[in-house]
Amino acid sequence: MFNSSIGRKVAMALSGVFLIVFLAQHFLINITSVFSEEIFNLLSHFMGNNPLVQFVLQPILIAGVLFHFIMGFVLDWQNRKARPVSYAMYKGSKNSMFVSRNMIISGIVVLSFLGLHFYDFWIPEMDYKYIKSLPEDPNRYYKELVHRFENPYRVGLYCFSFVFLALHLVHGLSSSTQSLGTNNKYSEIIKKISYIFGISIPLGFCFIALFHFITFYNT
Amino acid sequence: MKLFLKIWRQKNNQAKGKIVDYEIDEISPDMSFLEMMDVLNEKIIEEDGDPVAFDHDCREGICGSCSMFINGEPHGPDKLITTCQLHMRRFKDGDTIYIEPFRAKAFPIIKDLVVDRSAFDRIQQSGGFISINTSGNTLDANTIPIEKEYADKAFDAATCIGCGACVASCKNSSAMLFVSAKVSQFSLLPQGRVEATDRVINMVNQMDEEGFGNCTNTGACHVECPKGISLDYIAKLNREYVKANLKK
Repeated sequence: MFNSSIGRKVAMALSGVFLIVFLAQHFLINITSVFSEEIFNLLSHFMGNNPLVQFVLQPILIAGVLFHFIMGFVLDWQNRKARPVSYAMYKGSKNSMFVSRNMIISGIVVLSFLGLHFYDFWIPEMDYKYIKSLPEDPNRYYKELVHRFENPYRVGLYCFSFVFLALHLVHGLSSSTQSLGTNNKYSEIIKKISYIFGISIPLGFCFIALFHFITFYNT
Repeated sequence: MKLFLKIWRQKNNQAKGKIVDYEIDEISPDMSFLEMMDVLNEKIIEEDGDPVAFDHDCREGICGSCSMFINGEPHGPDKLITTCQLHMRRFKDGDTIYIEPFRAKAFPIIKDLVVDRSAFDRIQQSGGFISINTSGNTLDANTIPIEKEYADKAFDAATCIGCGACVASCKNSSAMLFVSAKVSQFSLLPQGRVEATDRVINMVNQMDEEGFGNCTNTGACHVECPKGISLDYIAKLNREYVKANLKK
């Protein structure tokens, strides 16, 4: 089934929904850093040291991210091949949303951001735990997070990337449910949910980054 | 009115095409777009040129033959019509109009604005039918009661004229809306359910073999469809396809 165009888009949708669920979970943990250092450290310590999360869920997540991006590039390449000669005049804006036509661009920005995000958090975490094998400090997570958002350029880059994440999610969520064949009577409500989720979650991540940046400069 | 036309000219499938400029005068706003093309061709013939080849048949918005991409949209700027139903009153004196063929790898150009849409025929041949005995003892379809909701949906799907505007407008040249309409018009009715599993698999396989792109749910196909075929049919096609594969 996954060799067909519909199979590929179902696989793309499933990986997208999986990443959306992860994103929501990531946001819920991060937002605790705004109001409680203790809760954030507690949750981060659990996520960073639970064997199920570390050795089962984390590899699945990385595989999901890789699959989603590789499949995205493959589909885009196939789609470009399907129209070898472009139109001299093409008015895409007359019949579709800009975000839906440019998922590959928003996706590439989000992919680049993930590179930076891995460099900032995931690689140091792997280094701390598995290369340097330092003793676990359950209170280090909040400090590490705040330290990252002291740099205004990094905060700016994060917020810029979150705008593209929002553009990707606004179409991505409703598109994935359409690919999974959601019953038609739910289409409108799903579109509204996509807008609300797609804008509020990246906006929330922006808020977290700016909150820690502003708090750092005020103290 | 006076118009400046930019028309794609290509001698044959192998030749290199290009946009050629034409000026045309004294066009009545009451003319249809195809009549304007007829006037242009008469002028070209008078000047011993090669007239612009374009597809047309019924000129009543039913056959789906006229396949022009006008000013960046299939069938031109108006919605829910084919090119033959587009009138020159939609344009202003002095306008520049781009006229191009429907572009897709699966719709190779035959000449100028004429493209080969037989890929749609092959998709239909792969499953767009029901196998019934027509040797004299055919049952009257009206003897099978069908809920109005399903009868209406099947009829809406069956209004697809296979013009290819969905493929032309889609940034990926996907034929998903066409296939979804053709699959749904049968699968919504009891007569079509019998072969529903094989039908959807065969038609999707054929669609992929023809080289159409993947659907990314932009919705352009639905907006540009002269018959307003809904995107809901694509969601239904996806459901049918997954179910059929799980059954197999």
